[in-house]
Amino acid sequence: MLESILITIATAATPLLIAAMGELVVERSGVLNLGVEGMMIMGAITGFAVALTTGSVWLGVFAAILVGAAFALIFGFLTLSLVTNQVATGLALTLFGLGLSGMLGEGFVGRPGLRLGRIDIPFLSDLPFVGRLLFGQDPLFYVSLLLTAAVAYFLFATRAGLMLRAVGDNHTSAHAQGINVVAVRYLAVMFGGACAGLAGAYLSLVYTPQWVENMTAGRGWIALALVVFASWRPWRVVAGAYLFGGVTIGQLHAQALGVAIPSQLLSSLPYLATIAVLVIISRNRRLTMMNTPASLGRPFVPER
Amino acid sequence: MRVELVKRPQRSALFSALSPFIALLLTLLAGAVMFLFLGKNPADALYYFFIEPLLETWSLHELAVKAAPLILIGVGLSICYLSNNWNIGAEGQFIIGAIAGSILPVAFPGFQSPIVLPLMLVMGIVGGAAYAGIPAWLKARFGTNEILTSLMLVYVAQLFLDWLVRGPWRNPEGFNFPETRNFHAYAILPEIWPASGRAHWGFVFAILAALVLWFVLSRTLKGFEVKLIGQSPRAGRFAGFSRSRMIIFAFLVSGALAGLAGISEVSGAIGQLRPAISPGYGFTAIIVAFLGRLNPLGIIAAGLVLALSYLGGEAAQISIGVSDKVARAFQGMLLFFVLACDTLIHYRIRVSRRLVAKPIEAPAGHA
Repeated sequence: MLESILITIATAATPLLIAAMGELVVERSGVLNLGVEGMMIMGAITGFAVALTTGSVWLGVFAAILVGAAFALIFGFLTLSLVTNQVATGLALTLFGLGLSGMLGEGFVGRPGLRLGRIDIPFLSDLPFVGRLLFGQDPLFYVSLLLTAAVAYFLFATRAGLMLRAVGDNHTSAHAQGINVVAVRYLAVMFGGACAGLAGAYLSLVYTPQWVENMTAGRGWIALALVVFASWRPWRVVAGAYLFGGVTIGQLHAQALGVAIPSQLLSSLPYLATIAVLVIISRNRRLTMMNTPASLGRPFVPER
Repeated sequence: MRVELVKRPQRSALFSALSPFIALLLTLLAGAVMFLFLGKNPADALYYFFIEPLLETWSLHELAVKAAPLILIGVGLSICYLSNNWNIGAEGQFIIGAIAGSILPVAFPGFQSPIVLPLMLVMGIVGGAAYAGIPAWLKARFGTNEILTSLMLVYVAQLFLDWLVRGPWRNPEGFNFPETRNFHAYAILPEIWPASGRAHWGFVFAILAALVLWFVLSRTLKGFEVKLIGQSPRAGRFAGFSRSRMIIFAFLVSGALAGLAGISEVSGAIGQLRPAISPGYGFTAIIVAFLGRLNPLGIIAAGLVLALSYLGGEAAQISIGVSDKVARAFQGMLLFFVLACDTLIHYRIRVSRRLVAKPIEAPAGHA
């Protein structure tokens, strides 16, 4: 029982983790992309539709990644090349993604989808208690953890990562150093989109293999909150994602057990928890100020 | 060849006026391409989408019904966005306004008097403002990101409404449908010209609100304060304006208007509470605010345009069989084009054929 709960917590946390990890890199480069929800839902419908029509789940996953990155490219073109307001453009991306996915997905409502199977690592997955949890998950669970390690390594142990952080902390100095600020940000934004697309595919191919309009249900926004919660540090995102996975699964189990609390109140717990967490984090103003990329959300036009 | 942006010395008045129209034109073009991909004749589709709904009186009334909440919420949001407060939870404030305003006709149906309707409107306004007060207070007190908190509260409001209409407020004579009892006659917001169509007084409230806020923004010190704090918080501080008071003010005004929109919609157009009372008005109003260039008078026009896109979606579904979801995609696309065209206000686009790097110039004046 406990083991199965822990496994479902991992499936609830993984999409949050993947999407938040992408957004973390974007924000570390000084760009605030509020379009995570829109890119995620586009990833969800793309992954579902491509998997269903081609019969290959992996093709669906890759298509979702591509579409997520392509959507991010629209955002990048507007905010980086046309220097539009990042908050408003991110909102536009979310609204457009929700609308377009609803339109494209109409023919797929109610159709049974394909599920990405889990992989069993021989012997290890037969270990008592932790076996299934650590070694018998779906492939994207491992991808999410590898992604975290890779992002942490990239940001803090490589030259390119240092450049990206420099761009995010002070784009004028980075420009003066000869770093191509706009190019770095384009790459970061597209990486963020790819991650959001993958997270969306996870929802429609692993978490609940079907297409439902608005099925992301605010997860893109929760991912954004997780980045703040983690004060822009990769491993803390893992902690945050699993905390939220825990809240989500906990309330689902409470609903199933028929706790005498209205199911709607239980369903609203993840959203209320997000608000609570944001308040707790922001109360410590010095910590927030210290960790926020200093150029976050500021437009940059190279002077020539 | 390279394309680059050159900052204008001052904002272009020409493109300030022109950019929403360029954006609309580009959206229509993109829409035509989209219909082509859907296998429909683009000219037909655009006709059914944007012209046909304007040809009949009843349909013009429907336009006013849909434009009322969009304009009410949009003008409120303009105060927020001008003062750099990102309230994106108007959908939630709309719902809570509708719920608060419905307390009298739903929970006290025996209380029937001409005073019920004014009380409902006031309660709707208070409810919406109070709900917007939560993210405002959290931002002013703790510096909590208002974008995320206001949005999270939308989901909470939707779930709360869902619980009410399925639980304590379900119509006792309603055969278990998830809806409240129908409002009694004193609780209905009247139609403007009952003889010709459904448009209710909410549309009049919307126009009045836009006019009042236009006056406040362009002719009063408060309006100056809103814009100054938005453009330069530092200059605002020197002028003695309080940033945290502005946060509260902007959120309360926009929440109050969203709440008024909510109760007007429920009491004027629907006549009861249901699990879903808004086709995303609170989010579409964000597009309305930007298309109207955050100017209340512009927002009236923008509200009508986006109301037309809702109607057009329904009309196109009936006449040429495209999904009414096309409208949502259209609306999102429109916001992209609006934002992209706004670039022309602040920047010139220079296309140069220079291939060799320009020699470094002596720094002119300040660096």
